[in-house]
Amino acid sequence: MDNKDIKEPLIHITKRKAIPKKQEWTIRLLSILFALIVCAIVMAVTTHLNPLAVYAEIFDGSFGSPRKMWILAKELSILLMVSVALAPAFKMKFWNLGGEGQMLAGILATAACMIYMGKNLPSAVIIPVSLVCAVLAGGLWAFIPAFFKAKWNTNETLFTLMMNYVGMQLVAYYIIIWESPKGSGKVGIINQSNGAGWLPNLFGQPYLLVVLVALLVTVGMYFYMNYSKHGFEISVVGESQNTAKYVGVKVDRVIMRTLLLTGAICGLVGWLMVAGTDHTITTTLGGGRGFLGVLVAWLAHFNPIGMILSGFLIVFMSRGASEISTAFGLNESFGDIMTGIILFFVIGSEFFINYEVHFRKSHRKEAADV
Amino acid sequence: MFSLVSFIPRAIVQSIPLLLGCTGETLNEKVGSLNLGIPGVMYVGAISGVIGSFLYENSGAQFNGVVGVLIPLISCLVGSLLMGLIFCLLTVTLRANQNVTGLAMATFGVGFGNFFGGSIMKLTGSDVPSIALTATSGAFKTGFPASMKGGAIGQVLFSYGFMTYVAIAIALIAHFILKKTRTGLELRAVGENPATADAAGINITKYKYFSICIGCMIAGLGGLFYVMDYASGVWSNDAFGDRGWLAIALVIFSIWRPNVAVLESILFGGLLILYLYIPTGTNFATKELYKMIPYIVTIVVLIFISVKNKKDSQPPEALGLPYFREDR
Repeated sequence: MDNKDIKEPLIHITKRKAIPKKQEWTIRLLSILFALIVCAIVMAVTTHLNPLAVYAEIFDGSFGSPRKMWILAKELSILLMVSVALAPAFKMKFWNLGGEGQMLAGILATAACMIYMGKNLPSAVIIPVSLVCAVLAGGLWAFIPAFFKAKWNTNETLFTLMMNYVGMQLVAYYIIIWESPKGSGKVGIINQSNGAGWLPNLFGQPYLLVVLVALLVTVGMYFYMNYSKHGFEISVVGESQNTAKYVGVKVDRVIMRTLLLTGAICGLVGWLMVAGTDHTITTTLGGGRGFLGVLVAWLAHFNPIGMILSGFLIVFMSRGASEISTAFGLNESFGDIMTGIILFFVIGSEFFINYEVHFRKSHRKEAADV
Repeated sequence: MFSLVSFIPRAIVQSIPLLLGCTGETLNEKVGSLNLGIPGVMYVGAISGVIGSFLYENSGAQFNGVVGVLIPLISCLVGSLLMGLIFCLLTVTLRANQNVTGLAMATFGVGFGNFFGGSIMKLTGSDVPSIALTATSGAFKTGFPASMKGGAIGQVLFSYGFMTYVAIAIALIAHFILKKTRTGLELRAVGENPATADAAGINITKYKYFSICIGCMIAGLGGLFYVMDYASGVWSNDAFGDRGWLAIALVIFSIWRPNVAVLESILFGGLLILYLYIPTGTNFATKELYKMIPYIVTIVVLIFISVKNKKDSQPPEALGLPYFREDR
């Protein structure tokens, strides 16, 4: 807590003008290191496991075999695309917590196309049609809250959040209609017999296509946000809506257009998951990526290239944690705890990047939070 | 057959976690903190209480009702207080973004709850198959004597465990403090215009820490109520669901007034279970559609409030904005 002594403040905080890149990254890495130490303590205290063995297992769980590395790459690609999709909206200070619902809309549209067209149409027709439907569905799911935000300044945080649950119930509804076998409460693998609407494996690798699309989307978004007129308008609206209005930017149109893009990419992710990797539909297929995407995007300061790093950190931990849960017989949620602890530290470390702490007598700099 | 006398008590039991979460979040928002971590706080509160009472029930000691209530209550309060302190430390002292911190807390808290809920049996080496804290839950359900619970009035008014009445009392007290006391006035000043409050000599940091931490403890009680009273002491992962988020939405509907939230949360408690009362026969699919009702209503109310845009239904002026004296 700040020790606000009126006469002589013990701690004096000033905003840094600039910080060398090297120092900035030292602070970040230190914060992750501290987080891992705290995680290790939590692990040792609660589970009585040797943390070093667990970390070794986490590393092995992510990189242990080519198959595990492909899964890591796929998970990273999917999370990365969601984060990249959310970034422009956040840069505009539109708090879209509905990534999950926008993905589910795409998932639902794709599954519907595959189920209703799978019997009598070839994949060459189903794939493009389902892609268009998924992108439109995701876009629509994001457009609805954006429209009300633009027109009446409706609270978008809660609106998008509620759209997640509406989407989830809609999926639950269709799962019961489509369930196979009847009464199982599950849809199972769609079109398992003929693979209709499934995306082809590139060079025999089922996940390569997802990775390539993710790279394309990320690089595309980098250029869109940094080198296009739209990207410039987004950053002006994010800085100040009044400035934007003054220079003639139509704020409401920028909001709706950007959210349409966000939703479309989330829909695309849903399409990739159903047609490309999972071939099924469940209410939890989104897997909390709507929230994680927010954190990944924010940690990277909305820079799509930086999100590769922050996304990797999160995916690496959660992949590893799901492996240790099987190896040590723990509940899978341990990954969320570790992710949470790491996030707390990284979020806290931003303070030491943006501000400088001066003490009353000695003017030494504090590098990281202990 | 639909019977109001059986519907209202069920709606009220559903409403209490929402009410406690909403009161807690109101205390957060009144000092300008939009705490999206409340769902996580409620999970942590619930599981902390569960861990406390699980250890007590399985310690082999003779079960004592008072101790059986106090142990989970205190561990719940401590757990949610720690979550509140994390939020304060990051957003107030270290000036981090509130939404991001909140989301990280939600991820952490839900994971924390599900992890310990799923593995406490294994971790403590006990041989029970699942968490079923019947004795503790029985103690939590103590309320008025059975003779008062008869009849329609008895069922609607007196049939609940003591925490139900405590929750309503907390909401009313919170409203009284916010509206009628000097502390409440200063607290609201911090959320409306921290720079002015600071100039008036109000210790911003102190108010924020206290209000956020107390708010988180109240919200944590909501999680505890859910497990101990509503779910009869049975923990199942993810059962608490999205109630934390609905609680945050309720803050807006109650226009930042905990006394309004009492009625509002009962209404929402009713919406949460309404699908059970809509006759659908064997059509399970349609039931899933009816479960959308609370979310659709939330959306409609959000739109309605924003379109009307009334002066006295506005959030605290500085909600979500960080305050740093040096930045002025």
